[in-house]
Amino acid sequence: MKDLLKSLRYTLLALLASLLVGAVIIVVTDIDALKVGDYGKAFSTVLTAYKSLFEGSFWGVRSISNTITGTTPLLLSGLAVSVAFKAGLFNIGATGQMLVGGMTALWVGFTMSGPGWLQVPLAVLAGAIGGAIYGGIAGVLKARTGAHEVITTIMLNSIASFLVLWLLKTTVFQREGRPDPISKLIADEAHLPRLFGFLEGRSDLVAHSGLFVALSATYGYWYLLTRTTLGFELRATGLNSDAAKYAGMKSKTLMVVAMLLAGGFAGMAGATEVLGTYGYASTSLAGNIGFDAIAVALLGQSSPIGTLVSALLFGALQAGGRSMQAHTDVPVDLIIVLRALIVVFVAAPLLVKAMFRVKSQVSAQGQTFRGWGG
Amino acid sequence: MNQVNQVAESLVLSAEQKKRARNVGFAYLGLAVITMLVFSRRPGDAGFRLTEGGALLTLPAQQIAWIFGLVFVGLGSAQLWRGFGKISNIVLALATAMFVMSFLSWATAGESFSLVGMLQDTVARSVPITLGALGGILCERSGVINIAIEGMLLAGAFTGAVGASLTNLWFGTVIAVLTGVLLAWILGVFSIKYRVDQVIVGFAINFFALGITSFLSFRVLVPNPDYNSLVPVMPISVPLLSKIPFIGQIFFVQTIFVYFSFAAVALLTWSMYRTRWGLRTRAAGEYPKAAGTLGVDVIKLRYRNLLIAGAVAGIGGAWWPIGTVGRFDQNITGGRGFIALAAVIFGRWHPVGAFSGALVFALAEAVRLKIGNFDTGIPSEFLLMAPYFVTLVVVAGFVGVSRAPKAAGQPYDEQ
Repeated sequence: MKDLLKSLRYTLLALLASLLVGAVIIVVTDIDALKVGDYGKAFSTVLTAYKSLFEGSFWGVRSISNTITGTTPLLLSGLAVSVAFKAGLFNIGATGQMLVGGMTALWVGFTMSGPGWLQVPLAVLAGAIGGAIYGGIAGVLKARTGAHEVITTIMLNSIASFLVLWLLKTTVFQREGRPDPISKLIADEAHLPRLFGFLEGRSDLVAHSGLFVALSATYGYWYLLTRTTLGFELRATGLNSDAAKYAGMKSKTLMVVAMLLAGGFAGMAGATEVLGTYGYASTSLAGNIGFDAIAVALLGQSSPIGTLVSALLFGALQAGGRSMQAHTDVPVDLIIVLRALIVVFVAAPLLVKAMFRVKSQVSAQGQTFRGWGG
Repeated sequence: MNQVNQVAESLVLSAEQKKRARNVGFAYLGLAVITMLVFSRRPGDAGFRLTEGGALLTLPAQQIAWIFGLVFVGLGSAQLWRGFGKISNIVLALATAMFVMSFLSWATAGESFSLVGMLQDTVARSVPITLGALGGILCERSGVINIAIEGMLLAGAFTGAVGASLTNLWFGTVIAVLTGVLLAWILGVFSIKYRVDQVIVGFAINFFALGITSFLSFRVLVPNPDYNSLVPVMPISVPLLSKIPFIGQIFFVQTIFVYFSFAAVALLTWSMYRTRWGLRTRAAGEYPKAAGTLGVDVIKLRYRNLLIAGAVAGIGGAWWPIGTVGRFDQNITGGRGFIALAAVIFGRWHPVGAFSGALVFALAEAVRLKIGNFDTGIPSEFLLMAPYFVTLVVVAGFVGVSRAPKAAGQPYDEQ
């Protein structure tokens, strides 16, 4: 518990440090104000920007709803990268796995008709299976031929995006009367129930119960790592695959299992996006989430709780960033800069310590990823 | 006696190698099946323009498919029976070229297109991937994982565009180089000095570069369009060499960036394997303790290599605004840095290998851009994903395990 508080404090300090740097960036790029020497305006931009950043992420039900919506896919796909890291694999393929999982979930979502309590879990499961199979391809290729997962997952991402583009133009998936690649709507029963559905007439509260899917997946990941033999073997392989092999673990099988799990998590991310956020699928279904997920996993050091906290932080920043762009002339891309700075500051406790003159021991961090493997 | 041992060793292939050789054999047979079943379906002549002006090479698509298919059968059987030994890589390259050729004949049957133009485009597009990959090799051979290639390319593209718009092309390139060096220095300070996980810093740099360039492009470049418009460099024809038929047009009518990347590949290959610096770099990447014990300043060496890598990647970034389109757009690199990373692994951390990887990926891109125009009866999406699929098969079937420098990713402890 004490450790948790300590690491939380460092995360907060890191957040503060990155907001400071972000403020400097906002001021020095306010070229129009600086040209006429209006420093007051430049600084007031910072205040209004950060105010709407905060308000957009936590102030009021709507902001919280947006934060939850942003967090859900980041958490699930973050787990997809984390579990691979734990086994010593670098999964850049969360995007592709999300796309495939999203499409399988969508298919169940609009072809089946049945009660929601049956259809929703089935659709999410279908997403997990679709993603797992797609992730498993990279695992099998690595285990059988040694093909490096960094190459194969990048290639699989491109293949998945063209596959989805094609699928969305087939009669099975394409919405009637639409020329562009966009899917049919899922059945009403297949929607993940909205979290704030009990509030009448608030259709702007889009947060959905995909959050619970993500939280249970996080719990499952924690349970796997800490309470099961498989989790122990995965971690052992990630830390030292030679030693693990010597101890009798089947490192090739573990590779495949890790990628199956990773794909499953990412597939669920795709499923919750389709079944909760959109209600249909388009080519931009996965967006940049697969890429952001890597930052989530790195920031959370691949641990279940760390991934959860960093996904929440990133989700909040994303929700706040949108409102910041709407209320000021500061582009939402500042969020990406802030995320990068947070990752660096958290990873470099020495630097934050120097900035805030904090006196305490910071435990040295291990490596997320042991070289390139081989 | 020693010789006998060597011969015995070469005869007794390891199980792994045997398996690989068998895979390759089956892959050739697979190519034969695809070629003969799919590529022989469309009658008509495929026209390939071999020069800018006219000279047309017409190939009967069906006959080509049958002939190449039979050759693949032959190659596959020979591979399964005896293997090709020392020339197996050359055979592989030839087979790939033949496969691409029969694919193109099938896709163009009844029409014609400029083959020389497509290959010229391939070479041009390989520049940022090659230079990014060289940056990766420089770092990783000395023991630092460089995931930040994408960030260096993107930041270089941005500052290159702004620098060149405000002053001139040379200055823009220099600014891009300095940007790459700056990012590399940051990577170095964090990973070498503060010993932060190299993957984390690298990724943070990617994010930072993506965020800051998008941010600035909205906040500064959009309101001030004259910060972001320049006239890119023109291709230069190399005297004599550009007169070689076909080849000359492809390799020697290019921008200065292309020639730079050729030179960089050659220089790095030579210096990595023929100079004291190269030996030390490789030692620092494989076994830094040993290198340190023998008096190599591993820390300094890693810093120096990182900074050179940043400079090279910066030039790769400058290719976008200064070598091609004449402006910067948000996320203009579009993941090419990761492709470069893939090229590093594909080429097994060897400059020439990475260069050939870059050419393969660039060819995939060039074909993709061309292929939209063909009407083959197969959904264009499948044709578009074909290059990635082929890469997957090549990597899985032929390249296989690539061994990284042993110490890449581990901070060096100076004791």
